[in-house]
Amino acid sequence: MTAIPANFPAPKRRRHSWRKTIEGYLFIGPVVLGLIIWTFGPMIASAYYSLTDYRIVQPPEFIGFGNYIELFTTDRLFIQSLSVTVRYGLMFMVLGQIVSLLLAVLLTQKVRGMAIFRTFFYMPIIVPYVASALLWRYLYNKDFGPINAVLQAIGLDPINWLGSPESSLFSMVIMSVWTGAVTTIIYVAGLQQIPEDLHDAAKIDGANAVQRFFAVTIPMLSPTIFFNVVTGFIGSFQFFVPAFLMTDGGPIKSTYFYNLNIYEKAFRWLEMGYASAMAWVLFIIIMAITVVLFRVSNRWVYYEGSNER
Amino acid sequence: MTTLTRPSLNAHAHNHQARRQKQLGMGAVYALLIIGSLIFMMPLIIMVATSFKSFSEINTYPPTILPNVWLPENYANAWNYQNTNFTRWTFNTLLIIAATLPGVILTSSLCAYGFARLEFPGRKVWFGLVLASVMLPPQVTLIPLYILFYNLGWLNTFYPLIIPAWFGGGALNIFLLRQFYMQIPRELDEAATLDGASHFTIWWRIYMPLSRPALISVTFLTVLGIWNDFLGPLIYLTSPENYTLALGLNMFQGLFITRTDYIMAISTLMVLPMIVMFIVAQRYVVQGFVTSGLKG
Repeated sequence: MTAIPANFPAPKRRRHSWRKTIEGYLFIGPVVLGLIIWTFGPMIASAYYSLTDYRIVQPPEFIGFGNYIELFTTDRLFIQSLSVTVRYGLMFMVLGQIVSLLLAVLLTQKVRGMAIFRTFFYMPIIVPYVASALLWRYLYNKDFGPINAVLQAIGLDPINWLGSPESSLFSMVIMSVWTGAVTTIIYVAGLQQIPEDLHDAAKIDGANAVQRFFAVTIPMLSPTIFFNVVTGFIGSFQFFVPAFLMTDGGPIKSTYFYNLNIYEKAFRWLEMGYASAMAWVLFIIIMAITVVLFRVSNRWVYYEGSNER
Repeated sequence: MTTLTRPSLNAHAHNHQARRQKQLGMGAVYALLIIGSLIFMMPLIIMVATSFKSFSEINTYPPTILPNVWLPENYANAWNYQNTNFTRWTFNTLLIIAATLPGVILTSSLCAYGFARLEFPGRKVWFGLVLASVMLPPQVTLIPLYILFYNLGWLNTFYPLIIPAWFGGGALNIFLLRQFYMQIPRELDEAATLDGASHFTIWWRIYMPLSRPALISVTFLTVLGIWNDFLGPLIYLTSPENYTLALGLNMFQGLFITRTDYIMAISTLMVLPMIVMFIVAQRYVVQGFVTSGLKG
């Protein structure tokens, strides 16, 4: 207790802050070191490799922007994989957000036994990507798959889900919606935070359920929607395992995702420099999209307590 | 304010109508919930059912829902299939989990405490960098890390899958734990400080025990992440004796025949422990997903 006045003199404060600084960095030391060793260092290395011809067995040979020039001028697979990924991203964003949001609305209804239903809907999250990819490969099987059996049972023509370039990418989207319950979980959490009296007030004003959904739920939920759109879009650029296991990018490169392209360049052909350039192009695209989404978000995302829109 | 008096005009009729509407609504909600659950659970039900079917039954038209003949021996056959070693692969997976988890829990909570409770120059900058690192696509660092591990002689060992986790245990885990620590009343540490406790003691003796729910979330997300990881083992592990379960499962996908029956059996075995964990710890898990926002 007597020690407290001793803190007052000015000279001691400096020593104190040094001690605090060291203590602080001892605590966050692991992640500071981790970021330097596993993130920033590799980023710099990757930026350098992207300017080289590097096939691992020989030291990297500096070629300037050669890789980038080749990417944008002659590499048709690069364009194809980028287009596949963007089309998937857009389809998944629209379908995934709509389905997740509707499910979340359903899962926040006040009825008994909801906990059990939520467990059912969330369950696909824990299925390993390998297992879900192989499972859906079977479900989509043209001749013996359960989905086509259902279609034929109700008198529809079977679909060559993964085997035809028209439907293969959309088949991936459907599968991703099934595995994407994290989005639903986040919407459920967002919906639970909307104050009840807003709905009640709208009800008293005579708004029906659909009107309330668009006039209250959507605006109040807009930060959550925004979060899910951003993470969902970034996530779709990470799409790899199902394309690798189910279709290997086919048929005729219709599911040749950007990541699959990087993987093949780097680990099948050991073109490390070229693959690094591809990774950096991806990084810049993601950054640009994120910035645009944040800019646009000011127009439609409503944050409670802020007057600016 | 005027609206408050309105319902009393025709209170009885209004109530009656509202209740009927509510019941109708409830019925519709249950119907949708049941149909939706069926759709979402159907792939998993098919997975389990298929794991008991014979190879020929799987490859006949029209497909059956439940097996005509139940073959529990599929499980033993799958486990002992040629060129596979699922006992070894299970052991490898558990070994990686056991070696990773303490690192994730200790270092992420240590860092989270530093970010939540200590004042020092550079704290905000570093926390910003930790959060920004989530946005970085892993492909950017994948190749240099592969080359780094190649030069360290770590390829085809478990080190690339274990060691990085000991450096902060992942940005999202730090974020999740920091959120939790910020909610712990500061009076607790102030009382402990007056008793002469250092920050390290406060972290270890007060924050670690108090953050059990958050640590359970972190544990589950970590275990799930390792259990399900495919890309990491695919790139770093080359010889079959070092495979993990996720990588080994793909061994049934042959060039000429795909043993769907065995794939489904091992998939069922792989999913089962995670389902049990998920059901037991669902509250913490869902909270973890909500706070960290992203799939681990």
